[in-house]
Amino acid sequence: MEELSLKTFIFYGFALITIASAFAVVSVRNIVHAAFALMVTLFGVAGLYVFLQADFLAATQVIVYVGGILVLILFGVMMTSGRLEMRIHIQRGQLLLGGGISLALLMLLLTVIANTPKWENLTDDGLTLKPTTERIGKLILEDKFLLPFEVASVLLLVALIGAALISRKEIRD
Amino acid sequence: MTLQHYLVISAILFSLGIFAVLTRKNAISILMGIELILNSCNLNFVAFSRFVSIPVDPENIDGQIIAIFGIVLAAAEAAVFLAIILAIYREFGSIRPDEVDTLKG
Repeated sequence: MEELSLKTFIFYGFALITIASAFAVVSVRNIVHAAFALMVTLFGVAGLYVFLQADFLAATQVIVYVGGILVLILFGVMMTSGRLEMRIHIQRGQLLLGGGISLALLMLLLTVIANTPKWENLTDDGLTLKPTTERIGKLILEDKFLLPFEVASVLLLVALIGAALISRKEIRD
Repeated sequence: MTLQHYLVISAILFSLGIFAVLTRKNAISILMGIELILNSCNLNFVAFSRFVSIPVDPENIDGQIIAIFGIVLAAAEAAVFLAIILAIYREFGSIRPDEVDTLKG
């Protein structure tokens, strides 16, 4: 029981960190601060993956999101923002409208979550999974996800070439 | 932990992402909102695959693989998004989405 309550405590800690830093991402005025808050959010989601016993996915989340996408975002900030653009301008009316829409969406989602009997009382207490890396490798490379894996690699190649083509300097003759 | 814990966290992340996309005036902030939305989707996939499969097959991890493909898509999307932002910045000198209105009739 002692161990269980510690686990619950850590889970709520991760949930709080994730939600608080996500809130910071959307409310902080300085875009660099927002990027670092996003990093904390991504770490928090990785922690939640650990609680879902998705060990490989948690590591992937840290490597790809924090190591890759966040660095890309910071480069984007560096290359496009002068001193004035660092601050984020928001109009009041837009803030109210956007806040209303997203709050309504949140209420809708919470109502659906609370009122779906099929999802109630599903718990994973006392259930531990085996490490997932080996099974993920088998599923992707020799089982039913081989074709999506190949399609994803083609997609990455396309995105790579497309990004290089779009962002290069245009040569006018 | 129950499934609903994760669903509530994911719903909050999703609404915050939608809020960022709707209200921000900077294309990179919008990208951050999209990343929040994609993360909430991945969290939902993993949580559902974990909990719903318990009575059937506790070792089923298909949802985690979908989440991995989600991460791949997010990486490709971020790269193309930032390339477009760089091109727009060179052309217009600004990345505020409401100032880039050449196509407006």
